[in-house]
Amino acid sequence: MMGQLRKILAQMAEGFQNFASRRIALLGLCLILVVVVVGVFAPILAPYDPTKLVSTPLLAPSREHLLGTDQLGRDVFSRVVYGARVSLIVGISAQLLSAVIGVPAGLIAGYYGGRVDDVVMRIVDVFMSFPYILLALMIASVLGPGLQNVILALGITGWTTMCRIARVQALSLREGTFVESSRCIGASDLRILAHHILPNSMAPILVVLTLGMATAITGEASLSFLGMGIKPPQPSWGGILAESRGYLFQSTTLPLFPGVAIMVAVLGFNLVGDGLRDALDPRLRRRAL
Amino acid sequence: MNNGDPKESILTIENLRTYFYTRGAVVKAVDGISLDIGTSEIFGLVGESGSGKSVTALSIMRLVGSPGVIEDGKITFKGTDLLELSENEMRQVRGDKISMIFQDPATYLNPIMKLGRQIAEPLTLHRGLTRSEAAKRVLELMDLVGIPDPERRINDYPHQLSGGMRQRVLIATALACQPDILIADEPTTALDVTIQAQILDLLRELQRSLGSSVVLITHDLGVIAEMCDRVAVMYAGSVMEVAEADALLTNPKHPYTAALLESLPRLGEERDRLHVIPGSVPSAVTPPSGCRFHPRCSKTEDGCEQEIPSLIQLSDGRQVACHRCA
Repeated sequence: MMGQLRKILAQMAEGFQNFASRRIALLGLCLILVVVVVGVFAPILAPYDPTKLVSTPLLAPSREHLLGTDQLGRDVFSRVVYGARVSLIVGISAQLLSAVIGVPAGLIAGYYGGRVDDVVMRIVDVFMSFPYILLALMIASVLGPGLQNVILALGITGWTTMCRIARVQALSLREGTFVESSRCIGASDLRILAHHILPNSMAPILVVLTLGMATAITGEASLSFLGMGIKPPQPSWGGILAESRGYLFQSTTLPLFPGVAIMVAVLGFNLVGDGLRDALDPRLRRRAL
Repeated sequence: MNNGDPKESILTIENLRTYFYTRGAVVKAVDGISLDIGTSEIFGLVGESGSGKSVTALSIMRLVGSPGVIEDGKITFKGTDLLELSENEMRQVRGDKISMIFQDPATYLNPIMKLGRQIAEPLTLHRGLTRSEAAKRVLELMDLVGIPDPERRINDYPHQLSGGMRQRVLIATALACQPDILIADEPTTALDVTIQAQILDLLRELQRSLGSSVVLITHDLGVIAEMCDRVAVMYAGSVMEVAEADALLTNPKHPYTAALLESLPRLGEERDRLHVIPGSVPSAVTPPSGCRFHPRCSKTEDGCEQEIPSLIQLSDGRQVACHRCA
């Protein structure tokens, strides 16, 4: 596995030329880095405890409170900063969960075909017949609010995309002659899937994974907005947005900042995902060979 | 089925039938063939495209994909009928006792796996060696097949190698566990002539030093002449003639073999048109009655259309499936 990852990273380093030359993808990377840094260094960056009431409610941005205070008197800047952690954790974990469920399912469906494929695809169809947020909401309402449950809900909702991508890859690769070669030396199906098909599918999977993180962040924000996400008083961008609804006339800046934060994070992941897709495009890869 | 040769046989195919059940028709790719492969011999399997040679090889390896089914027959390898083994048992045989290499080396290697690891795969699978234990053996193998600078090459990827080198890597992988039989399905067809010669020399060299048998599948009679001890000629899913290579090429008994050799252009010969065998290869769905070759044969008699000739042993040890030679 490490060998394959190294090879892919090496290819990506090559493709990074492409990537880097696409300024917009680099911009995306910077945006993500900003969010990551903010999230990682939240305790240092946040001047106040995000859950404590520190001042008069609904103050405008000032020197003491960079983004003002919310309706309970908590520092908004600190809340947004800590909110970055939540969004990142949810975005990454939920997508990884989707991958862990979806990729093996897709690979097996694509590789074996026939009835196995039919069964998996029908299950995918059932999941995909629900709108994303609705499905996430349904699962979240069963599980209840909280960080872990949000990750679970979003992870379960998102597996279908990963599954389809993996399936397509397996379908095209299973006829591959190097797979036949492997069978010829006595490799079992499991070995072929793990050592040959999965590594050769990594490029599109990585792209979908990255783009999916953006979706997961939006998903978390939506769930929190609807009250089925992160439990208050833990700060979450969607949660802050939700809370600000009743106070729009008193504070126009309150919903602005978490909204901008969500936008920055989602945009960053989308740009990076697009850039990855272009950089790992097989046509460009083949040219490098 | 022994043709009097002192070599004992290591693989005996009896009455193999492999049919493909496609939508609409049953393709009889291999329709009742019997062959004997001796120990340490280079056995050629020659025939036109569609004659069933590759399907025979895949049947031996039991890698015939759906909709193909091995309908009937027995393939005895060192006392065991391969067709009776479970899939798990067959997987032990593949790569360890019987190996196969294919035509196009470019696509038969995993593009994102280092060469050393690919060559080591059969060793890891069948001998349980760890990557580092196998590494030593891999270097030996790369040396054996003539890959220069193996210490560096071991970490290369397939796209960094030329076609001839890739085929050598595949040969190294196939020979890693020192199999008893190596099946080579048109190993040099995709390579240019000079490389072809090198690869054939390599195969001959390896066969000699390892003592394996090689089943060399080709449509190139020149390769047969160059390499093989004995040859079987296949046509439309049946074996037409089996003989020692020299004897076959100088004195073919079966009309099909004779016609094939007749079609070969010869140096110094003056001709306006190449000699062709009239007609075309029959449909494998509805093969001709009786002898498969009779519609195109210039030497038919009564009975050729009615009865399928069986493979009969002649006094000089060769086998022919022809009513005229009975």
